[in-house]
Amino acid sequence: MTTIVTENCLRCRFTDCVTVCPVNCFHGDDEMLYIDPEVCIDCSACVPECPVHAIHEGEDIPDNLKDWIQINAERAPNLPVIDGKQDPLPTAEARQAELGY
Amino acid sequence: MNTLGTSENPLQVAVVGSGPSGFYAAEALIKSGRAVRVGMFERLASPFGLVRSGVAPDHPKLKQAILVYDKIARAPEFSFFGNINVGKDIMLGELHQNYHAVLFTCGAETDRRLGISGEDLRGSHTATELVGWYNGHPDYRDRVFDLSHEVAVIIGQGNVAADVCRILAKTADELKHTDISEHALDTLAESKVREIHAIGRRGPAQAKFTSRELREFGELGDCDPGVDALELTLNPESEAELADKNNVVSAKNVEIFRDFARRTPSKHRRCIFQFLRGPVRLEGTGRLERVVLERNRLQGAPFQQSARGTGEISTLECGILFRSIGYKGVAVSEAPFDERNGVMPNRAGRVLDSDGSVVPGLYCAGWIKRGPTGIIGTNRACSVETVGSLLADLDALATRDAKSGMAGVRALIEQRGLRAVNYDGWLKLDAAEVERGKLKGKPREKFTRLHEMLALLG
Repeated sequence: MTTIVTENCLRCRFTDCVTVCPVNCFHGDDEMLYIDPEVCIDCSACVPECPVHAIHEGEDIPDNLKDWIQINAERAPNLPVIDGKQDPLPTAEARQAELGY
Repeated sequence: MNTLGTSENPLQVAVVGSGPSGFYAAEALIKSGRAVRVGMFERLASPFGLVRSGVAPDHPKLKQAILVYDKIARAPEFSFFGNINVGKDIMLGELHQNYHAVLFTCGAETDRRLGISGEDLRGSHTATELVGWYNGHPDYRDRVFDLSHEVAVIIGQGNVAADVCRILAKTADELKHTDISEHALDTLAESKVREIHAIGRRGPAQAKFTSRELREFGELGDCDPGVDALELTLNPESEAELADKNNVVSAKNVEIFRDFARRTPSKHRRCIFQFLRGPVRLEGTGRLERVVLERNRLQGAPFQQSARGTGEISTLECGILFRSIGYKGVAVSEAPFDERNGVMPNRAGRVLDSDGSVVPGLYCAGWIKRGPTGIIGTNRACSVETVGSLLADLDALATRDAKSGMAGVRALIEQRGLRAVNYDGWLKLDAAEVERGKLKGKPREKFTRLHEMLALLG
């Protein structure tokens, strides 16, 4: 089982997810967040928090987003932990509307 | 006097309860950038609350949250007082004397009642009892569950109900390498239960299971999931709920139920999900023999649908029943408590008196603050909010003299001859449990009696 952040987070970075993470497994660059699969306990708490449904887990990861499994695993450990709410990116609102959420 | 929250005058906070919300509160305090000292009080000898004694033994990954709590507990600002019952061993007033603030994170320790006749018949239990029993909670160690009848009923369709159904559904082989307590494994190995009925008062679209745990019922060693396809016919309001883009979990759940309904059972046990039914009474002579159920229909707009009885009655013969319709908080002496909702009345974690005014220096977080909803991580956001309120009150919390914190409490403990277990003591117990488990191929074998734990600590 893996839980991952996918492309909908790009240009959004709402960070609501990190406030409910019990193990501080979210890491971030300037563009988006990533989950460290070595630390994540697959509790699913973050999944419904994302306003743009960027987080997918286990069997529910759509095939076209499966590349993100590796991207999360590679990038997360090398980026700083994000463990508190931050302001979304300036483009977030427009992006959310564009995604239809 | 120096400013509160500086190294000369650190903010002293007592946290009552050592579950997730307690540890997240401690974490938020320690990371606040102020000089703080946190004393955590726990009535059991072991920390970690429901992560230790609630999370099911076959979900070991969730228990890794303990690694985070362990790190917090090792911080120099933190001290643990296990086996100290606030309100009994040490009074709230005494905590106020020694700390600038007292933060309750003591959870919701009892179950809601169904409020129907026969509820107290032998064979009618709460989910909490069974969960505490299989997880080695000392309070439930000696409960007896009669699993000699073939039919078991669970009232409720949430996470806890799913755990109870799954533990009853699994074989001893599926459980023996988990940290399930030995006494429970021995009883479950002899279980005659073949049919498990999980009964929900609303429909499949309103079941509160997470999809992940629902799917597990399709992957059990010797138990098939069962759903009557007719029960999956939805009313237009429920269809509208599933069509909502923000309601993916329910849509997935209904899909999983549909898959279950198509399966042909071939295994020894079945776990049957039933919807739109509520218990009206439990019957039996001297012990539970059957549950009388009333058919419900849904009423109301999408996402506000409630169950209403139709008067159509059926009975289900059963030998054991567990109610799992939600937890409820228990009052702590001397602290305000809202009996109806089972929580401490509060505003953003500041505890309120009966007239709605803030009680100085008293805070709450977790289930005792917001009621028993959400999962482990939900408590982090909840505790962060409360600690935010507490830090905003710093000027009001400042006192003329520094608070003695740990030193003051230690003096009380010594005076009264109490046996407090500190974090080093817990680490010893932890290592001993792991060692005991090794012999059986289990991650740990928990101590289930206080005297065993205290004996080991000498």
